[in-house]
Amino acid sequence: MDEFLAARMQMAVSLGFHIVFACIGMVMPWFMFVAEWKWLRTKNPVYLDLAKAWAKGVAIFFAVGAVSGTVLSFELGMLWPTFMQHAGPIFGMPFSWEGTAFFVEAIALGLFLYGWKRLNKWVHLYTGMVVGISGVLSGIFVVSANAWMNSPSGFDWIDGQAFNIDPVKAMFNKAWFSQAHHMTIAAFSATGFAVAGVHAVLYMKNKLEIHAKAITIALAFASVAAVLQPISGDLAAKNVAKLQPAKLAAFESHFKTEEKASLIIGGIPDVENREVKYAIKLPGFLSFLAHGDFNAEVKGLEEFPEEEWPPVPITHYSFQLMVGIGMFLMLIAALFFAGTYKWKHWFEKKWWLRLLAIATPLGFIAVEAGWVVTEVGRQPWIIYGIMKTKDSLTPMPGIQYTFYTITAVYVILTFVVTWLLSRQIQLLQSKYLKNG
Amino acid sequence: MAEANLIILVICLMLYVLLGGADFGGGILELLSRGKASKIVSRAIAPVWEANHVWLILVVVILFVGFPSVYSTVLTALHIPVLLVLLGIIARGSAFTFRHYDIDEERPKAIYSAIFRYSSVFTTFFLGVTVGGLILGEITMDYQLGFYQVYIHPWLNWFSVSMGLFMVLLFAFLAGIFTVSEIEDKDYIIYFTRMTKRLLISLVVMGAIVFATAKVAGHPLLKDFINSPISVACIVIATLALPAFWYFLNKNKGNWLRLTAGLQTTLIVTGWFAIQFPVLVKTKSGHDITIQAAKAPEQVQLFLLIALIVGVLIIFPAMGFLYKTFKFSEEPES
Repeated sequence: MDEFLAARMQMAVSLGFHIVFACIGMVMPWFMFVAEWKWLRTKNPVYLDLAKAWAKGVAIFFAVGAVSGTVLSFELGMLWPTFMQHAGPIFGMPFSWEGTAFFVEAIALGLFLYGWKRLNKWVHLYTGMVVGISGVLSGIFVVSANAWMNSPSGFDWIDGQAFNIDPVKAMFNKAWFSQAHHMTIAAFSATGFAVAGVHAVLYMKNKLEIHAKAITIALAFASVAAVLQPISGDLAAKNVAKLQPAKLAAFESHFKTEEKASLIIGGIPDVENREVKYAIKLPGFLSFLAHGDFNAEVKGLEEFPEEEWPPVPITHYSFQLMVGIGMFLMLIAALFFAGTYKWKHWFEKKWWLRLLAIATPLGFIAVEAGWVVTEVGRQPWIIYGIMKTKDSLTPMPGIQYTFYTITAVYVILTFVVTWLLSRQIQLLQSKYLKNG
Repeated sequence: MAEANLIILVICLMLYVLLGGADFGGGILELLSRGKASKIVSRAIAPVWEANHVWLILVVVILFVGFPSVYSTVLTALHIPVLLVLLGIIARGSAFTFRHYDIDEERPKAIYSAIFRYSSVFTTFFLGVTVGGLILGEITMDYQLGFYQVYIHPWLNWFSVSMGLFMVLLFAFLAGIFTVSEIEDKDYIIYFTRMTKRLLISLVVMGAIVFATAKVAGHPLLKDFINSPISVACIVIATLALPAFWYFLNKNKGNWLRLTAGLQTTLIVTGWFAIQFPVLVKTKSGHDITIQAAKAPEQVQLFLLIALIVGVLIIFPAMGFLYKTFKFSEEPES
């Protein structure tokens, strides 16, 4: 395998693995917090069991997220030393804040997990909230650093060196806000639907109160997120249109610059002939989505030299997948709100539970697809417009072997975590089935 | 400003060695005591291990923000041992958590324990090897020299290997101290006191071997130590503290033990740092990377320092509360 490809694959696997654990680690604490709060308010012991069961899940996901995150902080330098040598001082500020946020999260989680007996119950609840807040903050800091790679700012680039570094301006670059809200909402949506889906499957088998309560809490978070996400996505896309027009063009396989540009749904991009086959085209809609005006001109890929194009098909398919799933989840969210408002009997119906079961992995598939959209869509750049990814590759040969090793480790970990969680769930179930 | 950040980096490193080291050592101790220490180790480190390991992340962040060329050079030249450390960190952290959270069954627990113990030794050893590579100064950026010279030789040598073993003994010793001061069972106190004493003796012997291998490798480690007044002071105090330490160990004075052990470890790190400074990475060509050459611009250092100070102001009280809750109070009856 080519060294460059191996390094990119290793990065993709490491980030793709970490992102799932990081999302769950920052969102699930909110669920366990709400469950504990409900317990304190209602004194219904089912909520306490739920909070404790979720806390175990959080502990497992947090630990794996923490170690895989530690690995990433080294991998950046092991695979892309030239990039880090230049970028470290510039985009390091969010990382230094992330260190604190993560520290607080680890401390608060330690208190939450092991402090059930030692802490006053309201203090205990509070530590759960601190876990949630600091988790979300660390996520936002990391995403802000990534946004800087898409929209580098806060320095002058002269002859391959950065001068006049302004870390604050770099942190609050033009892409940070749209990426931060889009990622945070995505994490809530993906984790919420995943948790609700797992409990829905269990609820279909055994109509236990604990699962019904779990579904409600998780779906409440997920549904709010799923409704907000298209708005957030629209803002993010408009931002990309402004900052990285080549990336937006790749999302939509938009080859020719035109006014009243069509929104393309589905289809197979043919890069050689610069066209998209078998797609549904909505004239003017791309112009509207990118610039808020049906007649606006949208720059096509033809404006850019071909060696600066991101890999079009991968970006295109991932974008379509992400948007499609987002729409589907929004539909489920609408049903959830409608049901909560008027048709509560839906929630006992088989079709509803099946729908939730289907949605279990979808949010995370969309998160991964979205990550591909933003990372692959930035190629060939590692720092957009400044440094190419291939120019920052480590000189060490044989990266394919480290890639195989890391991949194998993460595959094994994925299996073990899945197995572990299924055992935990069985344990929780059996407790209730014995009593009931 | 860069100096201030460097000092914070060294403090983070010390805390990582002390607190994270005791965690790593917990696994090593479990191995040495054939599982006798399992329960104590689990109870003692479960609530704090995640937090202890964030010190390492802080070290890394300070490095790539404040001293980016050090970060890039080290991770290129020492790519392989660092990768091994990382694999160990993954295995260890996961196995420990899984052992704690999987349902109580013999077989999986035994497997998790085995992974936790052996990867504790493995990770610590390669951490030591990496540090050895940093000190020895065989790192080169002349990529024409070939794979072995550039990516293997800087860390695969007798000096680095003995640093690896030294680190294993040091971490096991630190864990021994924590264990001795945690337990109440009389037989166990005797057992672990004896083990800790043996570890201490091995540690002193290993320290001598480290100096000897440095001499063989042509590194003037001993001479540097003698020429630096701070290092000499560190060594003298550390040596003088040994009898006091032995006394506390015999009398089982928990808090004094931790204090002296912490002091000795701090002295070792300070002593090493004093001879290294202002060089951050020694290289083969003699073009060592000094703090002057490696530091990021002042503006960057300023904002890094602000973030670190604010961070410390938040982290230390929180950390104190965590330790107070779990280390210095009894578990209430449920």
